[in-house]
Amino acid sequence: MRRSPGQVALAAAIALFLLLFLFVPVATVVYVAFTDRAGGLTLVNFLDFARTELFVRSFWNSVYVSAMTVLWSSAFALPLAYLTTRFEFRGAMLVQTLGFLPLIMPPFVGAVAMQLLFGRNGTVNLLLDEHLGFKIGLMEGLNGVIFLQAIHYFPFILVNLSAALRNIDRSMEEAAQNLGSHGLRLFRRIALPLAMPGYVAGASLVFVKVFDDIASPLLLNVKEMLAPQAYLRITSIGIDDPMGYVISVVLIGVAVLTMWASAQVLKGKDYATTQRGGGGLARRKLRPREAVLAYAIVILILMLVLAPHLGLLLLSLATVWSFSPLPDAYTLAHYARVLGDSSLYIKNTLLYSGLAALIDVAIGGAIAYLVLRTKLPGRQALDWAASAALAVPGVVLGIGYLRAFYGVKLPDGTPLAALWIVIVLAIAVRRLPYALRACYAALQQISVSLEEAAENLGATKARTVRRIVIPLMTGGLLAGFITSFATAAVELSAVLMLVQNNSDAPLAYGLYVLMQTPAGRGAGAALGVIAVIIVALCMALSQLAADRSQRARGLEM
Amino acid sequence: MFRRSLVTLAALLASTAAFAQSGKVTVVTSFSKDVTDPLKKAFEKAVPGAVLEVQNRNTNAGVKFLEETRSNNQVDLFWASAPDAFEVLKAKKLLAAYKPKATGIAEKVGSYPVNDKDGFYVGFAASGYGIMWNERYVKANKLPTPKEWQDLAQAPYFDHVSISAPSRSGTTHLTIETVLQGEGWAKGWRTTKEISGNLRQVTDRSFGVPEAVNSGQVGYGIVIDFFAFSSQGAGFPVKFVYPSVTTLVPANIGIVANAPNEAGAEAFVEYLLSPAGQEALLEPTIRRLPVRPETYAKAPADYPNPFKDKNLQGLLTFNAETSEGRTAVVDTLFDQLITFQLEPLKAATKTLHEVDAALAKKPNAQASALAKEARDLIAAMPVTDAQAASPELRAAFTGGKEKGARQAELEQQWAAFAKDNYAKAKAKADEALKLAR
Repeated sequence: MRRSPGQVALAAAIALFLLLFLFVPVATVVYVAFTDRAGGLTLVNFLDFARTELFVRSFWNSVYVSAMTVLWSSAFALPLAYLTTRFEFRGAMLVQTLGFLPLIMPPFVGAVAMQLLFGRNGTVNLLLDEHLGFKIGLMEGLNGVIFLQAIHYFPFILVNLSAALRNIDRSMEEAAQNLGSHGLRLFRRIALPLAMPGYVAGASLVFVKVFDDIASPLLLNVKEMLAPQAYLRITSIGIDDPMGYVISVVLIGVAVLTMWASAQVLKGKDYATTQRGGGGLARRKLRPREAVLAYAIVILILMLVLAPHLGLLLLSLATVWSFSPLPDAYTLAHYARVLGDSSLYIKNTLLYSGLAALIDVAIGGAIAYLVLRTKLPGRQALDWAASAALAVPGVVLGIGYLRAFYGVKLPDGTPLAALWIVIVLAIAVRRLPYALRACYAALQQISVSLEEAAENLGATKARTVRRIVIPLMTGGLLAGFITSFATAAVELSAVLMLVQNNSDAPLAYGLYVLMQTPAGRGAGAALGVIAVIIVALCMALSQLAADRSQRARGLEM
Repeated sequence: MFRRSLVTLAALLASTAAFAQSGKVTVVTSFSKDVTDPLKKAFEKAVPGAVLEVQNRNTNAGVKFLEETRSNNQVDLFWASAPDAFEVLKAKKLLAAYKPKATGIAEKVGSYPVNDKDGFYVGFAASGYGIMWNERYVKANKLPTPKEWQDLAQAPYFDHVSISAPSRSGTTHLTIETVLQGEGWAKGWRTTKEISGNLRQVTDRSFGVPEAVNSGQVGYGIVIDFFAFSSQGAGFPVKFVYPSVTTLVPANIGIVANAPNEAGAEAFVEYLLSPAGQEALLEPTIRRLPVRPETYAKAPADYPNPFKDKNLQGLLTFNAETSEGRTAVVDTLFDQLITFQLEPLKAATKTLHEVDAALAKKPNAQASALAKEARDLIAAMPVTDAQAASPELRAAFTGGKEKGARQAELEQQWAAFAKDNYAKAKAKADEALKLAR
């Protein structure tokens, strides 16, 4: 395909965006990693990293935890995705929405709720101890981190895999069935391989996210992993040392490497199909016994992954909950307390995450298009650059924004970094990789011949994109929007550095403030429940809208 | 001269129109909403026209924020517990001097001067450090009630104690520093490590400790008093005690250099020190110790009174300068010797508890000697008191240009030292256990 000036301009605009809002701010912080005490350039800090037993141990711990999490997340996600897309499954949409909820776990309260349920003296262990005389260390050490992370991040795989399964050309499956294949073999040989782009997109996200996650390990007091090490060093006072930034550079390196590796896995295979619209796998009816089994599996998985939210709900209604399987008594006082504040927080959260997710889908979709459909030199770099954002710790980005933009004054003297739009940009940059992966997977499954046909009929490139590519990508774009939106709604680390004004604060910040006090625990949980409900509602609505439009188009065909 | 005329000018401003039209006063604070909300409301009522804009950041992040934004500062006040953080801000010239006009404020609380001697920050409430515990947890596990720091090192407490890392929490740093100053460097570290051998967890947030105690995930926590008092205020089944080696340290407020609304900032400081502001500290969700002695007359029964209570008299004098001079070294030592070597330290400690139990039944001189050797190995420190305060070591942590080891190199050495010693201590303890049984 030719290089059009429009494509070049698009690529340049995206590059400029990434440069301004990702690379410059991060560089102002991370360059320290490459300097010695006299200020000269050096690599000695990386040597120190390799020689420090703690860091090496942390590195391998992180690799182990990330890999195991991918495994467990797949175990949770595969049955849910397969059963809801492949069969006539009542409540499929409910399962899809509920299965997404774990991703929206509000910071801090989620942690407390998990401890109260699964911790050393949580509900499960207190009951076990009382009746059976033993406890299980679900939340202990690295295994605890894997347990938490798998519950928290499996929706990445669920969403992307489900989108991919829905996009598979039915004729492929029918061809296989005509040749005598069915059941598990059909799934293993046809559906799963064809859905690979979605699975790989989800799995690579889970791997990188877990590798770079700070919150979950720290809530379990596991500090001997790489990302927590970076966070602890960067945010500790009086320690102006480069190691925190060295670790950040390593994290970014691992993220880029993972994305590269996942591209290699899919390379040389063609996943595109031409049949679109109301496509997807044929939905089979479940036989009664199969149905019982299927519902049992789905309900079991949902119960496990939604337990934290149940804990959160209990916590928000509890008076005192301490060293007992259930709260002492229940009250609605916490909701009354947060109701006044929360409308402002909610408005800000919806505004920020909505805008951020729109930016993400626009840029993510554009990058996916440039990489997969054009021959622009350096297009791959855009992909990797955007993915690198995944690995930049939120506080590094936050400090970087302050450094880069606080000196820039508006005409009336207020610093640029004090405007709420800066918070939106920071969130958008941090969530861009989610949308990008989803868009990328969606476009990978669309046959280029459809676009060629349009162009042969005289459509311009822009018109082809607007009338063919974007409508066909709706599912992927939506998956990207939802993932970015929902996770942006509970983003904290960068926000915490950038919020300058209570009236500009999003929910996560309000929650953080509440969760610093004993009396604020219930109120924080109440705010958390409100956040989850609102985000879930928004998701369900957008899902509904997308389903409806897809069905409408399906009928036309 | 210049400063004096500034002070007079400020006093003049404060006493006239500025007081009435304070406008927006921006404060960066580590205090929670429970503390700031009532005070904000009362202040805005007392000073018509004033709006208190509260930015909640933890102490370290707050300091970093002021540092990063100093080129275009928008903050009027910094308001937090740890005097250390104020020392750091003062050293970086991020605070402006101000002498409050309020009268009737105590000069000293415990034996700690309430205000900075150079006038860059003022104390408005006092806090002490101690041990809090969850009564249900303690009852269910049939555990004892602690009185002194040393109690936490005893066998029954093994795996039941929680602390936040001093590198992460200004208040814990002060607790450790208090022990070090009260018992001396070597003995203080011995106590610290003996307690640490019983730790369940080292959290990375100060509030992580009361949170874990409140929800019953751990039994005991080493905390600043108001965490315990406000937990009690919220109804949690927890108790608190001040050990005899503790110190009362004022929580402070300071005006930021180049504050956009200096008059408003001063008005808030004056309000905090006024009788009304001091009384607000007694609220169940706040529970700080006022620095105005007369306020205690209005306090509920059982409220600690540092100006009357015997156990809070004649406490250790905390030296903030000593503390500030070795902050980074103490924090890093704790991290490298305890936080990141917790498993080997606990393993050795557990065996030593078993040795003690065996020896109590059947004394054995050789085993006792081995156990003592093991304890000495655990207590050994890679650096002395004098070294910790030396310019060479400080330079490694402040990025100074002096020649010396890099921070990463020091950390490797210290970690290796601890790992090696704990392994040796464990071997000796194992040997002692064989003999004692």
